[in-house]
Amino acid sequence: MTRVKLPPWLVLLLPAFIIIAAVVLVPLLLSLYSSFTPYHLTRPDTLWKVNFPFNYQKALTDANFWAAFGRTVLLLTVALNLEMLLGLGLALMVSKVTQGQRLLRTAMMFPMMFSPILVGFQFKFIFNDNVGLVNNALQSLGLADRAIPWLVDGNLALFAIICAEVWTSTSVFAILILAGLYAIPQDPLEAAKVDGCSPWQSFRFVTLPFLMPFIYIAMAIRSLDVARAYDIVQVMTNGGPARRTELLWTLIGRTGYVDARMGYANAMGYVAILLSIAFTVYFFLKLQRARRDLGMGD
Amino acid sequence: MASVTRHRLNKRLLRAGHLIGLFVAMTVICLPGLWVVLNSFRPTVEIMAKPPVWIPNDLNLDHYRAMFGGAGEGGVPVWTYFRNSLIVSVTSTLIALLVGMAGGYAFARCRFKRKSTAFVVLMASRAVPGVALSLPLFIIFGRTGIIDTHFGLILVYVAMNVPFTIWLIDGFFRQVPRELAEAAEIDGCTRWQAFWKVEFPVARAGIASAGIFAFLTSWNEYALASQLTRSVTSKTMPVGLLDFTSQFTLNWGGMCALAVLMILPALVLTFIVQKHLIAGLTFGGVKG
Repeated sequence: MTRVKLPPWLVLLLPAFIIIAAVVLVPLLLSLYSSFTPYHLTRPDTLWKVNFPFNYQKALTDANFWAAFGRTVLLLTVALNLEMLLGLGLALMVSKVTQGQRLLRTAMMFPMMFSPILVGFQFKFIFNDNVGLVNNALQSLGLADRAIPWLVDGNLALFAIICAEVWTSTSVFAILILAGLYAIPQDPLEAAKVDGCSPWQSFRFVTLPFLMPFIYIAMAIRSLDVARAYDIVQVMTNGGPARRTELLWTLIGRTGYVDARMGYANAMGYVAILLSIAFTVYFFLKLQRARRDLGMGD
Repeated sequence: MASVTRHRLNKRLLRAGHLIGLFVAMTVICLPGLWVVLNSFRPTVEIMAKPPVWIPNDLNLDHYRAMFGGAGEGGVPVWTYFRNSLIVSVTSTLIALLVGMAGGYAFARCRFKRKSTAFVVLMASRAVPGVALSLPLFIIFGRTGIIDTHFGLILVYVAMNVPFTIWLIDGFFRQVPRELAEAAEIDGCTRWQAFWKVEFPVARAGIASAGIFAFLTSWNEYALASQLTRSVTSKTMPVGLLDFTSQFTLNWGGMCALAVLMILPALVLTFIVQKHLIAGLTFGGVKG
């Protein structure tokens, strides 16, 4: 038997690439093709009719699509920044604690174990206008005289969704930033103190730059999974009321499975895919640069 | 003197603010989860009571009994879902770890052109949103007949977990000094033996934490599972949660009971490897 000598890195990476090609790449090519057709789940023969720019034209001129697109970007921007700030605050508070820190760290990881779909149900329950925890508490404390329709009003529903999203993901940021805080060398901080920096200045100019790579790691890890919000929104409002919380992902899911218009759904799906990949690549490049700046890269 | 008192007062205020902030943050973090646990023990009447009942006065196991009771009143094939979840998650985690170890080792030890490009491409494949991926997978799996099987779901989860597993394991292998394996090879080990006898044991904790991550992802995944599973033969627990919903009503208590069953294994696993988890994420990422 003649053996072709492959370089060892290729042999080692081959299984990973084969599996990813089979489960991600091939389906993506299929969805790219079917986005060029009027493919309808109930009429399989429509898969062979190419009507190239139609689906894309339709998507690009569809006001609902652009509304969902804008809302998705808005939600991601607000949620990611909020998670980062809250995570930073939480990590700073926990790092200052002297006793029982291990317990706090453990409690901090609690939300990470919840399935996003479970988080959706949980917050649907909490924000329920009739028996939900939030309304019950507000009414018992006398802060509101009647039930606030959290998931029925468009803006309030978006707020509720952001709450759920932030609740699940803040701990990811907090834990990674906390690990960064532990790893900070003490010398520059002491030097800053000797030189007369205020606590704020030493945080801003010593601690924060050192934490940046850790923040980017957290962002990069989160960006791998931004579409997790789909599960939450799907359960909490399913895009309603009257499309006021419709995100790209829920719009795609509904068009594909409920309306069975697979071709059109795949065309919109491509926009969502490109958006997610753009987020991920952006943060990974940022991460690589931050690593190089700290001299930790290759 | 006045300034010293003021300074002391400031310090005390700061400390109080710190404690209050921490308390509020921890309450917000823990409360939603604990509320789910609490509600799984309360009768539906009490959950739905208006005005609300704040201090539970009737805790019982009715929801658990109904859930495990099988057919009839609120019965859901929980054990089947649990078994499906377990089979799919464990199998896909093990395969993802093997594939990830090979890949991570390649990234940590081999030099090749376009390494960082390969890495980013790998990560980008993980970023494809489940719902967008589920459309073509639904078509392909439907045609090839692996829809609604364990095999189909395992395949998808392996592909989902491999990139992240590679990233974490890569970081851990980098922490193992090259000299260790080289010394073993000088002592007469083959490359293969050196890996299993020297490098693997050192990086074992990190590999375990990558495994937990893969397990949790598969255990909790919904977007793909909801489309690729149809019946009790392959439905996992996150999809099973929807059995408690009907068109207009929601069985909150029953759902909470299943939720507790879902969280428990995740909780136990996470606490076991807590320390390695953090180390794995950060050092894998920063030094990687």
